Amino acid sequence: MTRISNSAKFDETRRQGPAIWLLSSDTPRSLLLSLILIGIVACLFAAPFVFSGSQPLSTAAKICVFVLLVASYDLLLGYTGIVSFAHTMFFGIGGYGIAIALERLGASWESVAIGLVSALALSAVLAAIIGLLSLRVRAIFFSMITLAVASAAAVLASQLSTITGGEDGLSFQLPAELRPAFRPLADPILGVTINGRILAYYLIFVVTVVIFLILLRIVNSPFGRVLQAIRENEFRAEALGYRVVAYRTAASVISALAATVAGALMALWLRYNGPDTTLSFSIMIDILLMVVIGGMGTLYGAIIGATLFVLAQSYLQILMGLGSTALAGIPLLPDLIHPDRWLLWLGALFIVSVYAFPGGIVGHLRRNRSP
Amino acid sequence: MLPAPALETRGLTVRFGGHVAVNDVSCRFTSGTLTAIVGPNGAGKTTYFNLISGQLRASAGQVLVEGADVTNLAPSARAKRGLGRAFQLTNLFPHLTALENVRLAVQSRAEAGWSFLSIWNSRRDLIEKAEAVLERVRLEDQRNVPPSALSHGDQRKLEVALLIAMEPKVFMFDEPTAGMSVDEMPTVLELIHDIKQRGDATVLLVEHKMDVVRSLADRIVVLHNGTLVADGEPATVIASPVVQEAYLGLEASDG
Repeated sequence: MTRISNSAKFDETRRQGPAIWLLSSDTPRSLLLSLILIGIVACLFAAPFVFSGSQPLSTAAKICVFVLLVASYDLLLGYTGIVSFAHTMFFGIGGYGIAIALERLGASWESVAIGLVSALALSAVLAAIIGLLSLRVRAIFFSMITLAVASAAAVLASQLSTITGGEDGLSFQLPAELRPAFRPLADPILGVTINGRILAYYLIFVVTVVIFLILLRIVNSPFGRVLQAIRENEFRAEALGYRVVAYRTAASVISALAATVAGALMALWLRYNGPDTTLSFSIMIDILLMVVIGGMGTLYGAIIGATLFVLAQSYLQILMGLGSTALAGIPLLPDLIHPDRWLLWLGALFIVSVYAFPGGIVGHLRRNRSP
Repeated sequence: MLPAPALETRGLTVRFGGHVAVNDVSCRFTSGTLTAIVGPNGAGKTTYFNLISGQLRASAGQVLVEGADVTNLAPSARAKRGLGRAFQLTNLFPHLTALENVRLAVQSRAEAGWSFLSIWNSRRDLIEKAEAVLERVRLEDQRNVPPSALSHGDQRKLEVALLIAMEPKVFMFDEPTAGMSVDEMPTVLELIHDIKQRGDATVLLVEHKMDVVRSLADRIVVLHNGTLVADGEPATVIASPVVQEAYLGLEASDG
């Protein structure tokens, strides 16, 4: 009890400064967590200079996109307590918005803008309709409705092949500034020649950082606290004068918009969009895993969850392949860690992490923080 | 013509299947008055409250706030019209701190819920108001404790704090002292007394303890089996045969 009364004297509002303002006064609150986050962000920032080759840069870009996607999903799941399975639909809308616009209207920045704005508008309208129509019903029915809508969207995307390219998806050209052949500077920086690919990476990085900080602000705003209040006790929030349906719908729309931007970034990076890259249900499951591993209700969890998961997805197979060859000759073991079994081990990792850290990695680190 | 009363119910009725829980209750509550609503368990007191604050939809009848019909409004809209409600079973946000609980009520009153881009922790205006309310209920030392870690009595006080922070026109207390220890009760009763003293507040109080009712109420309304059976000055109502039989008789056998 003494610990609690001590902390009662601690006034959170006295902490000030640009960094605190940028983080909306929601700091990591754990030294280890801060170091991990700084490490991840520094690696992502320096990725084009530190890692050579296109594979690591693609992994870094994918991490950025998924940080954004997972953070936007956490706004729904962790902060508002809404279980939606339609999140990949908004991710897909962003991807198709960019893909269709660039393929049809040509490889210009105007096309990017038109594609993104139309995708955002469509996502906002859809999220608002789904929210207003179905957030009144019980949580489980809402989840079922989102599942149905998401499946319908996936079927629609693969059937409307004249527009979406069907199962094959759409490949397109990027604006000149983002192509590998584009060289803005004559001389290399730190031994790396800056090209359009690296510019595209930094576009993704900067957009992710900015939107992540906006999401962090939103969850730490008066509005964000209302969302948490609704998650904790919807009945009481309504009795205090908060229109629960309106707040939930607003949260759905904000979350959908951020997911749409993530989808657009993914398409820009891949120069392709298809059902498998943005719309598939397995991505929805990945998002859920990343939120849970990182820690629900903590946006920082999105950074850690997405980084771990994407790294595992990209490198676990390689790592296992190495292990498997190293153990050749020993019975059974090489088979167990054969690269083909990587999903099994990812699953095992997931189960272990949920048991060991029920509040996710961020929840665990914050709980153990030094007094 | 008289000004419209702060709160009025006209023929308010709710049926659950064949059971009529609240039956044709018409009642006016004028500002500056503390009305105690009494009756045996199952008399429909809490149900009557639920109909007024909107958690339940009426089968028939109307609820009027300052003459305006609010019968078809959601609870949140009624709260905005000035109907404030504290609950019988403590109904808080269990994992937010006591201060944050109160701040949510302050913020609702200040219409700041739709502020997306200001930092919650830097809204000094809202924090100071919430702190003042916590001091009024003497919970200032527990400001960073979540309700789940508070004693039952402190939870009840926090429940009252949320109601005060809403600054409603009509205060509805549903057994505010239920389950409280004898030394915790005076704080809450003083608070209710305070609210009454401040003048124009309309207070509705569901209470079982007759001594509490006697000391606070300007008027007593008696519900029995969902029907209003007596209404008037405390002394007259308590003395009336219908109350002696329907309510006090039961209380005596309870005690």
